[in-house]
Amino acid sequence: MKLRTFSGGVHPPDNKQWSAHLPIEDCPLPDQLIVPMSQHIGAPAAPCVAVGQQVAKGEVIGEAKGFVSVPIHAPTSGEVVAVEARLHPMGTALPAVVIKADGEDRWRDDLASAEPGDLTPEEIIDKVHQAGVVGLGGAAFPAHVKMSPPPEKPINTLIFNGVECEPYLTADHRMMLEETERILQGVALLQYVFGAERVVIGIEANKPDAIAHLEQHCTGTPVEVVALQVKYPQGAEKQLIAAVTGREVPSGGLPMDIGVAVHNVSTAAAVTDAVVQGRPLIERVCTVTGPAIREPKNLKIRIGTPLSHLVAVCGGLVEDPGKIILGGPMMGVAQLGFDAPAIRGTSGLLLLRQQDVERRPEGPCIRCARCVEGCPMKLLPTTIAAYARRDLFEATEEYRAMDCIECGCCSYSCPALIPLVQAIRYGKAAIMAKKRNA
Amino acid sequence: MRDVLYSLVPACGVAIYFFGPPALGVLLIATLGCLAVEAVSQRLMGQPVTIADGSAAITGVLLALNLPPTSPWWMTLLGAVIAIFIGKQVYGGLGANPFNPALVARVVLLISFPVQMTTWSAPAPLGSGLDLVTTATPLGEWKTAVMLTGQMPVEMQAGMTRYFLGNMPGCIGEVSALALLLGAAYLFYRRILTWHIPATYVGTVVVLSGIFWLLDPAKYPNPLFHLLTGGLVLGAFYMATDMVTTPVSMRGMLIFGTGCGVLTVLIRLFGGYPEGVSFAILLMNAATPLIDRYTRPKTFGTLPQGGAG
Amino acid sequence: MIAAILSLGCIGLVAAFALGLAAKKFAVEVVPRELAALEVLPGANCGACGYPGCAGFAKAVIEGKAELNQCPPGGAEVVLKLSRILGVEATAAEPEIAVVICQGDNRKAQLKYQYLGLDDCTAAQRVAGGPKACPGGCLGLGSCQRACPFDAIEMTDDGLAVISREKCTGCRKCIAVCPRNVIRMTPLASSVHVLCNSHDKGALVRKYCQIGCIGCHICKKTVPDAYQVETFLATVVYGHDEEAGEAIAKCPTQCIRDFQDGYPEGSRLAPAGSEKTHAA
Repeated sequence: MKLRTFSGGVHPPDNKQWSAHLPIEDCPLPDQLIVPMSQHIGAPAAPCVAVGQQVAKGEVIGEAKGFVSVPIHAPTSGEVVAVEARLHPMGTALPAVVIKADGEDRWRDDLASAEPGDLTPEEIIDKVHQAGVVGLGGAAFPAHVKMSPPPEKPINTLIFNGVECEPYLTADHRMMLEETERILQGVALLQYVFGAERVVIGIEANKPDAIAHLEQHCTGTPVEVVALQVKYPQGAEKQLIAAVTGREVPSGGLPMDIGVAVHNVSTAAAVTDAVVQGRPLIERVCTVTGPAIREPKNLKIRIGTPLSHLVAVCGGLVEDPGKIILGGPMMGVAQLGFDAPAIRGTSGLLLLRQQDVERRPEGPCIRCARCVEGCPMKLLPTTIAAYARRDLFEATEEYRAMDCIECGCCSYSCPALIPLVQAIRYGKAAIMAKKRNA
Repeated sequence: MRDVLYSLVPACGVAIYFFGPPALGVLLIATLGCLAVEAVSQRLMGQPVTIADGSAAITGVLLALNLPPTSPWWMTLLGAVIAIFIGKQVYGGLGANPFNPALVARVVLLISFPVQMTTWSAPAPLGSGLDLVTTATPLGEWKTAVMLTGQMPVEMQAGMTRYFLGNMPGCIGEVSALALLLGAAYLFYRRILTWHIPATYVGTVVVLSGIFWLLDPAKYPNPLFHLLTGGLVLGAFYMATDMVTTPVSMRGMLIFGTGCGVLTVLIRLFGGYPEGVSFAILLMNAATPLIDRYTRPKTFGTLPQGGAG
Repeated sequence: MIAAILSLGCIGLVAAFALGLAAKKFAVEVVPRELAALEVLPGANCGACGYPGCAGFAKAVIEGKAELNQCPPGGAEVVLKLSRILGVEATAAEPEIAVVICQGDNRKAQLKYQYLGLDDCTAAQRVAGGPKACPGGCLGLGSCQRACPFDAIEMTDDGLAVISREKCTGCRKCIAVCPRNVIRMTPLASSVHVLCNSHDKGALVRKYCQIGCIGCHICKKTVPDAYQVETFLATVVYGHDEEAGEAIAKCPTQCIRDFQDGYPEGSRLAPAGSEKTHAA
């Protein structure tokens, strides 16, 4: 059978063999949790606790500010020891609440469990919002916003993203194998909220066990399981939609413009927790992997766990890491050290050795067009980057820099090691600044 | 870059076998000349010297392959200066040149020194004891015959195996289609070449020359003759595929290859020169920015069926 | 032969006639005084005046929309010449030049991480706030150098921008491109500056920079009039240059510099002292 896919893209080695076979383990609680107030796309939450205050697990410690924002909850019970700027995975110090765990791990006592059948779509969306559920694939877009499309844009196709196209990461893979019930309950809830006719779970063909497992569980339900060709960035929203439906999200538009909504499979599980048990999003599965870690693991971690704790739990380092990356190697964020905490969007902690990240200096572009071939958005990365580097932002925009999804295929495929994505991002930032000032 | 050099080894070997020490001399002078000129000009311009990247060496070898085996040493050296300095460095070095440097040099030499550049020698395989004898290339022979008699010499129809192996007069590197195709196969295997330009180039030449051949087989040579004689294989697989001077989009490459094919056939059949590959490629190099401009890929999400862009 | 001469002559005549016609028809109106004003401007089209190029400024001056002293590169000389053209009195603004208030090059200041990427400070600043541990220090990737229309900025081998006091005209182009706001406009007459841009506490500054201001107030205690300290960073109160120099030797981190004694370490620029040539 010819597997469905999108056009363009690259084939990095997937390196999932380190951790794909390892069952999810509960990560022991660290002594201290650093919970940043900005863990999602949109306005950061505002801290609403004071130093010295005792908090229970699941208590709100940061209030949502506006519609595109979510509340932040205490990941365990304990004492608030600081409300201050701490190093955020993005590399700068941002407001955070630091909690000293008391070891009791005591839930707050007013968790409202519910029978999903009794709830209206609005009630479900509200519960999801209150629980602070965000997209767990990495971008951390608030789920309740995606669940509230305007009435003139009905959703008829609901796609669940089990692609996990980033190399090394296996968190979603293990979730699909081990938390199938939670995922499928969330799938049903979201289908009910959207009133979608077609429900698809898209999985890359390098996870045949997950495909078979979900197919088995979905027989007799309206949910289709679709195997997709192994290619990066198959899991990018627009590319996944193109692969599954054959339709393209219009430039500058959203999936809802063509009647589609995409959620990560792990997000579906978080929706189940939020709606059925009333539990907020305070933990997630994170793959700790890479050649520089002693024992790769798939860990169920509390939000706010310092990276140093994750490294210690995984047996420490084999050697000094050449690069520490939160997320996958293609789109993840390089870290300054192990001081930052894991947050809601942290799908993995990747530790590479010095020899894995050795770089030669950049060379001249010889127009080999590999970036053009690899671009899943069908852009001309080399041209856009060249304009952006010369500060010719009008031309940068004319060559559709704003359509770039920053997936990194161009930089990956460039034999001259030109930092194409960085140049394009630089151009995009300048274009956006100009638009704001206009 | 190194892969391209490796892929040219068979062609160089065949050339040395058929044309002997003179061919080896041209190859050495051109390659070393290009390396020296690159080093000197980069030093003069205060830029880092990058002769180790192999691009100057490739230009040198390709230049040699585009010259007659009897080229005098001073002409080869001048070619190296033109290729690297005028063809590449004045534009800003690797990646910035609009024209294929080796072809720029070849065409400048062809126009400036027509006698030396069109003095061909019959192959004298090593060990055969033959001396190099001045003669005409198959394409030149055909053109002269057609001009004089309006007919194609009969014996030319029968030399295809000989042409394929390279046992004919011509430029050092263009004679053996077999050796060139071997090298190209390696480049395809290493994913350095894509099919777009060579396939459209060769395809267009075959179709277009085929039409003329069917119209008047007595006058026009058959497509196989076009393929195996002259510089078509060298041009289509090595010269027209220079990434720097060709379009970046797939559609652009297809247009580029087709354009090269049309121009080559037109120059060969109706132009003043017997061979048109270099001119065709240079003309299409000039058209590359234009092609790039009009063949920008349709950005994801801007197709009509995807909704308003 | 004759036919050739005749036909070429005719073509020439026709073309000349057409050109003449076009020149008349599409002639651009110019005010002579605008041309005269444009003539005296430096012609660098740097944009420091806020108009698109020197021609734009010339037009604005003649139309009375711009002040005569709005051309920093031109300085007093241009103000004088413009005032002659316009027949008015005008005084030059006090000449100012740009100074990089940082001496923390890659040997003296710590890096948070090794930066590999675009040679551009704004792009580097977007990567976790830039590679330099100091939040205010010069990133040393040379964006200001490339922006300078007067070739007045030097990048030292260890990644520090140094602005030539002779060549700087005060056009502010470098200030516009610097993402760290580490370049400041200062009076040309003042040569003593505190070369630090970090408002962090002294203990923290000491961790990441050998030559940063730790906010110890010693300079202010030595010469109370010439210095002020705000959130752990001292600055010179310009206009007290004679006294300001007295504190240089007392500064424990040596972050105060008199440019008349020379440029920061690593710079190949000749020591100052010939500043009068600029003002002439």
